[in-house]
Amino acid sequence: MILVSKKITKKVTTWILDGNHAAAQGAKLSRVQVIAAYPITPQSPVTETLSEFVEGGKLDAQYIAVESEHSALAVCTSASMVGARTFTATSAHGLAYMHEMLHWAAGARLPVVLACVNRAIGAPWNVLNDQQDSISQRDTGWIQIYARNNQEVLDSIIQAYKIAESVYVPVMVCYDGYVLSHTEMPVNVPLQEDVDRFLPPYKPHTILDPANPKNYNLVTLANPRINAEGVLCHGYMELRYLLQEALQNSRETITTVGREFGELFGRSYARMFWEDRLDDADIVIVAMGSLAMEAIVAADMLREAGHKVGVLGLRVFRPFPKSDVVQALEKSRLVVVFDKNISYGIEGATCSEIKSALYGNSVRAVIRNFIVGLGGRDVKARELVDAVNKSLLSLKEGVLNEEYPEWICDI
Amino acid sequence: MGTRECQHICGESSPAVGEAGKTGEWRDSFPVIDQAKCLPVRQNKPACFLCWLYCPDAVISRTIPIEIDMKYCKGCGICAQICPAHAITMVNEEEFCPHETD
Repeated sequence: MILVSKKITKKVTTWILDGNHAAAQGAKLSRVQVIAAYPITPQSPVTETLSEFVEGGKLDAQYIAVESEHSALAVCTSASMVGARTFTATSAHGLAYMHEMLHWAAGARLPVVLACVNRAIGAPWNVLNDQQDSISQRDTGWIQIYARNNQEVLDSIIQAYKIAESVYVPVMVCYDGYVLSHTEMPVNVPLQEDVDRFLPPYKPHTILDPANPKNYNLVTLANPRINAEGVLCHGYMELRYLLQEALQNSRETITTVGREFGELFGRSYARMFWEDRLDDADIVIVAMGSLAMEAIVAADMLREAGHKVGVLGLRVFRPFPKSDVVQALEKSRLVVVFDKNISYGIEGATCSEIKSALYGNSVRAVIRNFIVGLGGRDVKARELVDAVNKSLLSLKEGVLNEEYPEWICDI
Repeated sequence: MGTRECQHICGESSPAVGEAGKTGEWRDSFPVIDQAKCLPVRQNKPACFLCWLYCPDAVISRTIPIEIDMKYCKGCGICAQICPAHAITMVNEEEFCPHETD
């Protein structure tokens, strides 16, 4: 970490940070109280940096060493239950190992924040980037935010606490391994006092208290049940309904929190996706995470060639901003979706969501899906341009629907 | 009136008698105490009470003589196993009180 500028307007200090240090700074500024994480490539520097903060007295938190990712998230959910603000970070197999506890944190409605440094999953072994790990956890009931750059990593973690603690749903902040985690770029690090103004202390919805003993998340059968006090209590299904309702309603919270963040720090996150030149675009590239930045370069090149191309960079994947996506794609005739993941046997996950969002609406765009960048395969802007040109050509030939995605690889 | 009125956000209950329903209905055998063998009764002072300590459903009283709340006793038989004086015997409900069959 090199300090580049110290003068600043009093509100910001610009540091050169890689994504992992940006995440650690975000957690520190959020005044996390309990950290439990298990090191895994490429996430390890997050845990190392945070343990240094705690050890060096720079962060007043409990750093709990655990023997696995499953335990890491178990510690975070338990600590969250007794009223602590908790943080964990992981990647790939670590996230897969957390799977059970991911469901538990969401079902127990605990506002844990997790940084997922996106990495490919074996077999075969691979430590490089794609988004298969977090996409595989899509249905665990977590809010998922994807950062395009290291500034967004830091900003998203701070916002994640405010969102999670408002709607009582855990938040996963995802950023691409190496592409962001180990790549340094300028990041504005807000002052602690400003973050304190933005983020109030955590108020748990329930708290374990020996003076008022309760059972939480006990065996809950299918049907509602009258408790010993004569009150009709939720069955399993009612509690699951409330989780879905919370995610549906969280869309407003996410945009409100993003707007408030912008008012205080000058970087607004009021939309659930980033738009680049969508106003006049009839061809739209959709991508998520750092790939959305590459797509902007591709759009520049396609614009130079005379095509009206825009980019929709998905920022929030869960809850999925269906109606906003429909609005943004209204004028498009071709949508090219690039996925760094695949739901085997069908297509890329974001492509499915875009198609689902457009169903039943007036948008009649043709949708093409390309699988790119798995296991750290480099994705060049030129390749995205070629994919768009290829899609345009097939469109001209009258091919409206492709059943399966194309892969940009050498098979 | 739906369940929303309970205002719970996650699964929640308070420890209370009968919170899990009348669990005595689950029982297929029940404990019978031979008071003449029971240590607190024999010594007429608070002693042993291992059955009270080990009962997972907290249905055994710490009294002389001990009492078992049959409304909630599930008939697990732990008390019979743990009793050092062999004062408790498990009796099969069916044999004790056979259901009438067609």
